[in-house]
Amino acid sequence: MRILMFGWEFPPHISGGLGTACFGMTRALAKKGAEIIFVLPRIGDGGDQNTFLQMRSASGTVISPSVTERIVHAGQTFWQEEGIRYLPVDSPLSPYMTAESYGQTMHYMREGTESSRVQVTGKHSFTFTLHGGYGPDLMAEVWRYSRLAAAIATREDFDIIHAHDWMTYPAAIMAKAITGKPLVVHIHATEFDRSGVNINEQVAGMERAGLHAADMVVAVSRLTRNTVVERYGVPPEKVKVVYNAVARHEAERSYHIPERIRHEKRVLFLGRVTYQKGPEYFLEAARLVLQKMSNVRFFMAGSGDMLPGLIRRVGQLRMGRYFHFAGFLRGEQVDHMFALSDLYVMPSVSEPFGITPLEAMLYDVPVLLSRQSGVSEVLEHALKTDFWDTRDMADKICAVLRYPCLSAELVKNCREEMKSIRWGTAAEHLLAIYRDVAGVR
Amino acid sequence: MPALCLNFKIHEPYRFRRYTVFDMGQNSIYEDDDRNCDTLLRAARQCYLPANDVLLRCLRQYDDFAVSFSISGVALDMFEQYAPEVIESFQALAETGRAEFTSETYTHSLAFLYSREEFERQVKEQCAKVKALFGKKPVSFKNTDCIYNNDLATTLQQMGFKTVLAEGAEHVLGWRSANYVYQPATAPSMTLIMRNINLSRDIGVGFGDHSWDQWPLTADKFASWCHAQADCADVISILHDYHIFGLRHRPETGIFEFLAALPGAILADKRFHFVTPNMASKKYKPVGQVDVPQFMSWDEQGSDLTAWLGSDMQKDAIHSLYALAQRVQACGDMTLLRDYERLQTADHFHHMSTKWFTSDGPEDRPNPFGNPYDAYITFMNILADFELRLQAVEDATPHTSSTRDSAPRKPSTRRSITRKTKTLAKAKTTV
Repeated sequence: MRILMFGWEFPPHISGGLGTACFGMTRALAKKGAEIIFVLPRIGDGGDQNTFLQMRSASGTVISPSVTERIVHAGQTFWQEEGIRYLPVDSPLSPYMTAESYGQTMHYMREGTESSRVQVTGKHSFTFTLHGGYGPDLMAEVWRYSRLAAAIATREDFDIIHAHDWMTYPAAIMAKAITGKPLVVHIHATEFDRSGVNINEQVAGMERAGLHAADMVVAVSRLTRNTVVERYGVPPEKVKVVYNAVARHEAERSYHIPERIRHEKRVLFLGRVTYQKGPEYFLEAARLVLQKMSNVRFFMAGSGDMLPGLIRRVGQLRMGRYFHFAGFLRGEQVDHMFALSDLYVMPSVSEPFGITPLEAMLYDVPVLLSRQSGVSEVLEHALKTDFWDTRDMADKICAVLRYPCLSAELVKNCREEMKSIRWGTAAEHLLAIYRDVAGVR
Repeated sequence: MPALCLNFKIHEPYRFRRYTVFDMGQNSIYEDDDRNCDTLLRAARQCYLPANDVLLRCLRQYDDFAVSFSISGVALDMFEQYAPEVIESFQALAETGRAEFTSETYTHSLAFLYSREEFERQVKEQCAKVKALFGKKPVSFKNTDCIYNNDLATTLQQMGFKTVLAEGAEHVLGWRSANYVYQPATAPSMTLIMRNINLSRDIGVGFGDHSWDQWPLTADKFASWCHAQADCADVISILHDYHIFGLRHRPETGIFEFLAALPGAILADKRFHFVTPNMASKKYKPVGQVDVPQFMSWDEQGSDLTAWLGSDMQKDAIHSLYALAQRVQACGDMTLLRDYERLQTADHFHHMSTKWFTSDGPEDRPNPFGNPYDAYITFMNILADFELRLQAVEDATPHTSSTRDSAPRKPSTRRSITRKTKTLAKAKTTV
């Protein structure tokens, strides 16, 4: 089975869980015999090290006049049928943007114009250059990506189209309209998770279009499935749940805990410091814990728009001696941080899945999860709390640090549980879904 | 003449509220009064009152019918506190003279495993309570969930008991049948009555199991199984949780009709009659000795102690608890002593079990915290506060003999009792 997969990020160039999930999933699928053509906006340095799949860079793909015609035709029929209005203007909206950064972005956009990205290659043929990532002109990039990816789709031979998150949905919709191949849409996060109720209508619109155009929708948890069904009106029988997993490291390093800090306990928050991840609840719980215990330190690793406010709050509470900001960690630093921690806390307000607790568990770190996360559906042996209940959160943090038995029991049982959380299982579910949609048509 | 011996476990624990590290040292209200009251009233309405009603009618109708109960002291306390009419209905059964009340530990505890002093104190307290309410000092004993070994029999013999009930575990009996009375290997003057596991389970589990090939179970069908064993049986003992009537098996399943029809169906065979444990020990001679060096229980899987002591969390909690036993007994503070007893209730440790994680266990005895970790956290927090209080009392009274009462606890309890009792009375009249 050949799968044309549209994705926005892939290791080593990742900024969040999406790239990690795509990597684990495709590797497991490849092991089970699926051939995958993975289309990224742009393949950077080191992108060719993944030999188990074929990488395609959308950036620089030549769009010939005949392809243009098909795209225009398919695009128009699609937009007309679905009644979706697309605004073909450069828009500086990105999923993780705030009001402050909007002004800077507008300035940036006036500098570079649309024409500078278009390169005419030969007679009537042209192409775009893409940057990848989540730049300030993300919307325009998404639109350009969709045309380039559609051009790739006309050239490749495949059975199924599989698209990851809204950035690739326009491309997937167009590829489906041109080739008529079945479409599986994977939803790793919805706009409602990222932004709460203040959603970006344009992003939500693309999500809705993609979800409705798909032959089958794959959600990463029951939580996300509910959102897809309730908020986007997708028929429930069309939405399947396939849980994420965690990829084991080839050689797990062991880290030595320095003598001087052994008497202390360390509690970790690791993730984007944004509304969705609930960092302020972690801070509040830390304040409560510090009223009851000494010899405990809190680490907040990650960056995001809420960081300055939180740093001010820590100062205001005079907690700086015990509450540390580690900044954005990558690669080996993340592993090291996990290994040093006595407890990992994920207080997310809304987390479609959340792979990081599984990564923490690889280092035998007990985890405390918010019940508003998809991963809490697969982990029985984790402590759980409601993100808003900071007293309960603090009580559980204290319990793990005070009662060594609890921590040991959690780790022991989690280790058992992790044996069944594998990408191989997820890949089998996906292959069944592929066969299902390919068979129907 | 073969006989059926019915014995039902009646126990309601004082469930804890979610006691956090912030309560520790601030307040010492451990129990969830509202929840305890609601649960008890529900059990009274759906199980105790209707089931006792059926049994009372049976006792009046058949002179050969008899029944026995093992009611924990805390359950009796809760009945008195929230639903005194349940006590009255048991007293009505006692007045027929054919309902025996066996003894156990007052708080349905595992004290025998960790502290003999605690055990003896709780058993004496239980006997006094039963005598005060039902008029007779118990002479039979059934330990918490049928936990039993040789040492228990020895201790009970010294305490003056005549009969003890235990699980008819296959690994102990071997080729022998549970349908006879035995002699404990270490207590020659005691009688040991072994539970018939299959027949007990048929009522407790099979009755509601639609996938069972014998479903639906009727009183006649059940009686025919008992009758079939007539030639090789003295005492067929059916031991189960009283909750099976109305709570585990809902009234609409016909469980009360089953119970009402059972005595008639059994007694239809003239050879058969019913006995209480005490009657059985007087009437039947032991056919052999049973040697039980290891503890056993009526736990569905393994008949061992792993449901209470299977994980490190459970062991940590119970070891920490009993490490305080001597200090609590020495301090002589009545409030502390009562709290200490209630902390020992076996249910608290059962809730910490990771053995049953995927299923929630029996629906009628749910884990109030939903998972073993929260149960452990709560228990340890409470225990920490309890130790702080104990320390405070010890510091205040250098002489251990003095009995100083600490501040009165839970001023709101009495108000809520009367309120809830009224609710029940109202509900009863509407039924």
